[in-house]
This record gives sequence, structure tokens and C-alpha cells, in this order.
Amino acid sequence: MSANLFPAPSAADLAIAFDDVTKAYSTPKGPFLALDGVSLSVQQGEIFGLLGPNGAGKTTLISILAGLSRPTRGSARVLGHDVTTDYAAARRALGVVPQELVFDPFFSVREALRMQSGYFGLKHNDVWIDDLLDSLGLADKANANMRQLSGGMKRRVMVAQALVHKPRVIVLDEPTAGVDVELRQTLWQFVARLNREGSTVLLTTHYLEEAEALCGRIAMIKRGKVVALEKTSVLLSRASSNVLRFKTDTPLPADLAARARVTGRVVQLPAHNALEVEQILAAVRVAGGVAEDVEMRKADLEDVFLDVMGASA
Amino acid sequence: MTGWQALFYKEVLRFWKVGFQTVAAPVLTAVLYMMIFGHVLEDHVKVYDTVSYTAFLVPGLVMMSVLQNAFANSSSSLIQSKIMGNLVFVLLTPMSHWAWFVAYVASSVVRGLAVGAGVMLVTWWFGQPGVVAPIWVLVFAVLGAAMLGALGLIAGLWAEKFDQLAAFQNFIIMPMTFLSGVFYSIHSLPTFWQQVSHLNPFFYMIDGFRHGFFGQSDVSPWLSLGVVAVAFVTVSAVAVGLLRSGYKIRH
Repeated sequence: MSANLFPAPSAADLAIAFDDVTKAYSTPKGPFLALDGVSLSVQQGEIFGLLGPNGAGKTTLISILAGLSRPTRGSARVLGHDVTTDYAAARRALGVVPQELVFDPFFSVREALRMQSGYFGLKHNDVWIDDLLDSLGLADKANANMRQLSGGMKRRVMVAQALVHKPRVIVLDEPTAGVDVELRQTLWQFVARLNREGSTVLLTTHYLEEAEALCGRIAMIKRGKVVALEKTSVLLSRASSNVLRFKTDTPLPADLAARARVTGRVVQLPAHNALEVEQILAAVRVAGGVAEDVEMRKADLEDVFLDVMGASA
Repeated sequence: MTGWQALFYKEVLRFWKVGFQTVAAPVLTAVLYMMIFGHVLEDHVKVYDTVSYTAFLVPGLVMMSVLQNAFANSSSSLIQSKIMGNLVFVLLTPMSHWAWFVAYVASSVVRGLAVGAGVMLVTWWFGQPGVVAPIWVLVFAVLGAAMLGALGLIAGLWAEKFDQLAAFQNFIIMPMTFLSGVFYSIHSLPTFWQQVSHLNPFFYMIDGFRHGFFGQSDVSPWLSLGVVAVAFVTVSAVAVGLLRSGYKIRH
């Protein structure tokens, strides 16, 4: 009965489906597996986070989805359309904001957006283009040449370019890397609006608090493999411990240093109970240090991330 | 074929916005050739009995400019977009390999013809060749530009650095255009070099083009048409094949 109440979504219902996606590169040092049998799917209407350290394979996975790269094995689908055999339909459904800041220096913002619309066969798209320019704070730059824009403004244009054809599935590859606070706010508000209007969003980011705040589900990948795939709330609850946070000027003892998240003077360590707190502080004292500004806080996604990445080493 | 018009328009706009470099400069170069070669060789070279050397030179220079600029258009656009990274905006679209091919080749034809028309306009002062059969002029100009546009597409896809593209241009395109009879009738060459010239498809483009002006040529314009058409189809097949496989652009 439960099978009827909650039917498993068919491939066509899924916004994104990766099935056993493997990508091998031949390098002078021998074959290198950028992706090693990645299978995961994203439901329609989700905001899904893809996390992992640099070089984990996030961008390769997105490139395969976008048709910029071809899988050595396995397949990828967008709204049921295979990205290789049915590429035109797949790319119509997909809007990708590439990670690298690129632009065409020959054109103005409006020209670039009109041309991008034309590539999708859209001839009279100015109403939506104006909406995009307004929503992304680009209205007064519409006739500026791309070369004259600052990095942040170029990034906004890239977002607009990815959305000219009103894709139902939006992929943002580290859209807020090196971007100021204002644009991050503008961007996330706009992404939230698109999501409310029915778009599915896949995003990769280095800012884990962003992923924690925005994403309903999160996949973590490392060295081309999925090492965690959960609801964000489940992932957070997996970090059962609280975190002890304090400042110190002296180096930590080796056994603590191995587990600690250190940012300058600030040290953060998982601590399950009062006994562990006492042991940590005692160890600092024995090493000749003084722990200042001591406080406890709830574990966040960064703690889980470090935990997962460390465990699968 | 969705989208080819937009890519075509973008490619035309791209060279037009830097028209000083992409149209005016090659016209000036052709004028310099005209002044120097026309001055030096006018009294020494006799090609056809009724045609002055400068008049003979005009169609040759026009066609050479058409060919070189058609090649330059698609090849430089592609390599710039590859190196700048903005080719990604085209790669992310549903456009088929045919749409890419038509857009890049057609825009190269437009650039080739624009430069050709400019060269014709300014060299006309030096020697009026007259136009006996305008249809041949047009057919060879368009077909020649299309073939070089397709060749430029191949070179632009293949090259990873600007100097690789420059090598293609300087070691293949330049010698083949210069040695195709732009500056002389191949009948003035020793027999061996005449036969070598007959292996060069560029020779037939220029010879057929010139036939449209003078009504006489080294070989029949129909033979030239056949050779140029086969060359165009062959080069196009390679170019479309490379686009279809995503050669060096989809990894």
C-alpha cells in the first residue's frame, strides 16, 4: 500500500538524475578518476547542495550535466532527457552559471542577453530580460559594455545569461565565490524567488552556512565519490556533539590539534559532555596555555563537513 | 537548426564592431600590394594580350582578400572564445552542430565579401578589369569564402594557442593563396610548377573568379567550379564532423 501512497518518482519526474557517472582522464601519471560511479538524483522543486573540497569532482559533475564534458561511463538526465542522446531538450531545461568568470568583451549587457536568448530560439524576450536586469540590480548597466563592469557585475550578468530561457532546472557552480555581501543577498533572494516559482536549484558553494540555510538536501563528494547524501537536518543531527570554542595564544597539544578547527587564535573542538570539556581545558593548561572567551555552541554544517571528509580519508 | 541566426548575427556584429581592424586594414594591405606590384611589374608582365597587368591584378587581390579574411573570421573568433572562455555560453545552448557550422561559415562569407568589395572599390582606380560574367564572380567569391570559412572553423577548433593558429595561417593559408596565381598567370610558370599549381584548390578559386572579369582564364570555369565545390564539400564534412564530436570543445 505504501508503494501506492508514495510512488517512487520515475526518471521523468526527477529534475536531475546521475546514474553511475564515471569520468576518467588520462594523465602523464596514468589514468585519473575525476568521478567514480556517482549516482544521485534531485527532485523537482528542491534546492540541493553539492559540497566537497576543491578537486572533489563537483565541477566535472556539473560539466557532464551541461554537456561540456562527456562521461566515460554512466548517464545523466535533466527532467528525463538524456544529456547526450537528447541534448537539445536537456539543455533547454537547464540553466548553468559557470564557476569561472567569463564574458564576451565585444558586447553590451543587453546585447549579450539578447544573443543568449537567440541561441535558444527566443526572438522577443525583452520583457523577461528587463525583469532579470531589475532583479539582479543590473538595470542601469544594460547598455554598458561587458569590459566596463566590475567582477561582481559580470557575475550578475552570467546569472542572467543562464536564466534567459527560463530553465526549470538551475545550476549554480560556486556563484558567490569572491562576491560581495550585497550580491550574495540579491542572488539568494532571487534564487529563492525562482525556487518558489517552481525552479529546481542545484548549487555548489564553499560557504557552508549558505548551504545550511538554503539547501533542503546535501550531497558531499570527495575524490569523485559521494560520501554523504542526506537531508540537511539529518546531516546536522548526525553531528551529535556540541562544540567548545575558545581563544588561546599557545600551541595546542598534538592530540587536540589533530581534531581541532583552528582559525588564528580561535580553537574549536567537538565536546560531547562536561567531562570532555574539562579534559580539553586541562590539556591546554598543562601545555602552559590559557583558554580565553570560552563558550559552547551547537555543531554546524562545517563541523559535519570536516567530520565526513576526515572520516572518509 | 534553432539559434543559428543569433550566432550568425553575433559573429557578424563581432567583426563589424572592430571593423577598422577586420575590414579597413585588409583593404589597405591590398591597396599597398596594388601600388607596389602594379608599379614594378606593369611594364614587365603581360598576361593576356588584351589585359593590362594592373587590371589582371585587381581580381586576384580581391579574391586573395576574400579568402584570407573569411579564414581569419571563423578561426580567430573561435580561438578567442576558447581562450577567453566565453565559448561556454554557446556550448550550453541546444544549438546543433549544423547551426554552429552555418553560423560560423555564413558570417565568414559576409566578412570575406565585405573586405572583397572594399578592395574592389579602391583598386578600381588603378585598373578597370571590366566584368564580363558577374555570376561567375559571385559564385566563386561566395564558394571560396565559404570553403575558407569552414577551413577556419577547423583551424579554430584545432588550435589551442594563438601561435598554433598563426602557424596554420602563415604556413598553409598564406603560401596557398600567394602561389595560386594572384600575381601572375600560371602559364608563365615552368611546366613543373604549372602542374603543382593545378593541385592547389586555391588556384581554381582565383582562376574561376578572374574568368568572370575577363571571360578568359587558365582553365575552364566549369572545371574550376567542380574542383572548388568538391573542396568545399570535403572541408565542410570535416568541419561538421569535428563540431558533432565536440573536438577540443566538449571534453
